[in-house]
Amino acid sequence: MAYTEEELKKELETKEYEYGFYTDIESDTFPVGLNEDVIRKISEKKEEPEWMTQWRLEAYENFKEMTEPEWANVNYKKPDLQAISYYSAPKTKPKYESLDEVDPELLNTFDKLGISLEEQKKLAGVAVDIVIDSVSVATTFKETLAEKGIVFCSISEAIQKHPELVKKYIGTVIPPKDNYYAALNSAVFTDGSFCYIPKGVRCPMELSTYFRINQAGTGQFERTLVIADESSYVSYLEGCTAPSRDENQLHAAVVELIAMDDAEIKYSTVQNWYPGDKDGKGGVFNFVTKRGLCHTRSKISWTQVETGSAVTWKYPSCILKGDHSIGEFYSIAVTNNYQQADTGTKMVHLGKNTRSTIISKGISAGKSQNSYRGLVQVGARAKNARNFSQCDSLLMGNDCGAHTFPYIEAKSNSAQIEHEATTSKIGEDQIFYCNQRGIDTEKAIALIVNGFSKEVLNKLPMEFAVEAQKLLEISLEGSVG
Amino acid sequence: MLTIENLHAQVDGKAILNGIDLDVKAGEVHAIMGPNGSGKSTLSSVIAGNEDYEVTQGKLLLKGNDLAELDAEERAHLGIFLSFQYPVEIPGVTVTNFIKTAINANRKAQGLEEMPASDLLKKIREKAKLLEIDSKFLSRSLNEGFSGGEKKRNEIFQMAMLEPALSILDETDSGLDIDALKIVANGVNKLKGKHNAVVVITHYQRLLDYIVPDFVHVLFDGKIVKSGTKELAHELEKKGYDWIKELA
Repeated sequence: MAYTEEELKKELETKEYEYGFYTDIESDTFPVGLNEDVIRKISEKKEEPEWMTQWRLEAYENFKEMTEPEWANVNYKKPDLQAISYYSAPKTKPKYESLDEVDPELLNTFDKLGISLEEQKKLAGVAVDIVIDSVSVATTFKETLAEKGIVFCSISEAIQKHPELVKKYIGTVIPPKDNYYAALNSAVFTDGSFCYIPKGVRCPMELSTYFRINQAGTGQFERTLVIADESSYVSYLEGCTAPSRDENQLHAAVVELIAMDDAEIKYSTVQNWYPGDKDGKGGVFNFVTKRGLCHTRSKISWTQVETGSAVTWKYPSCILKGDHSIGEFYSIAVTNNYQQADTGTKMVHLGKNTRSTIISKGISAGKSQNSYRGLVQVGARAKNARNFSQCDSLLMGNDCGAHTFPYIEAKSNSAQIEHEATTSKIGEDQIFYCNQRGIDTEKAIALIVNGFSKEVLNKLPMEFAVEAQKLLEISLEGSVG
Repeated sequence: MLTIENLHAQVDGKAILNGIDLDVKAGEVHAIMGPNGSGKSTLSSVIAGNEDYEVTQGKLLLKGNDLAELDAEERAHLGIFLSFQYPVEIPGVTVTNFIKTAINANRKAQGLEEMPASDLLKKIREKAKLLEIDSKFLSRSLNEGFSGGEKKRNEIFQMAMLEPALSILDETDSGLDIDALKIVANGVNKLKGKHNAVVVITHYQRLLDYIVPDFVHVLFDGKIVKSGTKELAHELEKKGYDWIKELA
């Protein structure tokens, strides 16, 4: 017999998280708790210069005065920040010359993720900086990049080796007191990536980082800083999976992008953290601040495929400061079971003739809630600013929700702002049509969802697009009503 | 090929088919005609395995296989193809991608490898030519913004690609102008062979000038009330359906 709604629901409920496993690597973990001493210790562990320690402490001072934001369309139990350990590093030798020196357990983890280093190494054009918990353990393709003068390393290494660059740019796009979680991140970040593309250099490969949260009870606070100097180009990929955990894990990353005059940054994310089980137990809290600053004639594109996390709170934004600068946001957000996502973007038009494009595709299934929240702001000086926004929602079943919160603030009367929105439901007639052609229901849903998401999937680099399509299928298996 | 015995079916508790008997052999073309509401489209949906319809009595066999316990995709794997009266839109999925997915799903069910891209491409070109389909059409989203004629032509294109054992054409002539009708009919005729069969469901005789049936059945009130040869279709065209109702 064909799938009945009941069977589908049942299958959906029993769908296990595909990447739920735990790697047993000895770790060096701080006791739980957050205070000045902990921050000093993190800084000490990282052998940071005094200015960095002071920067962290200042952020912490700000943080203490702040409260957790409550405006997002999400409900969750606030994480107890004193119950988290703020530092966790694998005890095994952290830097490797070749794969032979890497802990086989770790390699096994990579294999399970389908991103074995061997494979990645062969994939010409991809340099991978893998972050397991808080310390970078493997970096490849460094030499090729070094020849071009490109710096691509962990933020900790950058603080040591390129302090002038870090000091000049860190916190300039997202100041430590920007918001509650950005302040927390600024105080306690333990790792993340740093990337600098010199003037006129076109980065010859996609830069790629895989993050994993690996240690039970450790929040992860990455800090990423990408600087594209004048007339340079870089495409940066960030992909994430995490093992299953019962307790909620807090993830509060900060990503800052700086595109100097005539530079272009493409930043792509595939996020697949543990979404919690079918009853909404567990899962990652993903409270991320991502923002890019565009100078004259520069361009920043954010592309994201968000399928994981129990609660997502994320608005990759562009400050279009320079004249003729361009901001783009392409997003697919999938929620299933009890997942909640409140995601979107901010396009702040300050310069003249600035342009922005927003394409958001929300897919909700199960009992999940999926919200698009976007702000298009046009300043008084931003003559001839243009924005086009399109927000489409696809619903599966009758128990989920899709919400759209578009905000528009225009202070220039020459601004052109367009907003389009649609909401649709996967129809039984569409499923039957596919079935009649010999395509089973699972595959039919995947086909329909991929079709719906196509405009965004097309924006991803090839190797990422394939992975993203797979993720969409996994995330939505069995979820039609 | 297709054997239907005393088939009764209902939708939402309302009986639509009230004892249908039909035997379609390989190599034959059958036409099923009848006034609106006589159960023509229900019959095609029931054969294809649409779950909205409940079979309450009788048997459905394809090449000796009992269809009762098979879902729609399994019936498709056995070689049943339904050209929909109202083909659905799937935004963002191209005609090419859809047919590729369908072909490979059917091959997988038969334990075959995916069709190599070059073979697929060759086949697509060949069948598109047969149905006078422009290559630009193949990269459009499935049925999205298609005219009535384009939708129907696309259905027959899929039929040509899938090479089913039994094709059911449900009101394929509706929405077609005479030129499109000729192209579609010509396509169906070329695909017809010793090993497959076609059931044409239509309200009007028009299509049957181009796809000439071996047998014509008249459906009324969920039953076949009269069967004959193509002459019967002409008679219906002349006399209308009223006299048929008296036979019921």
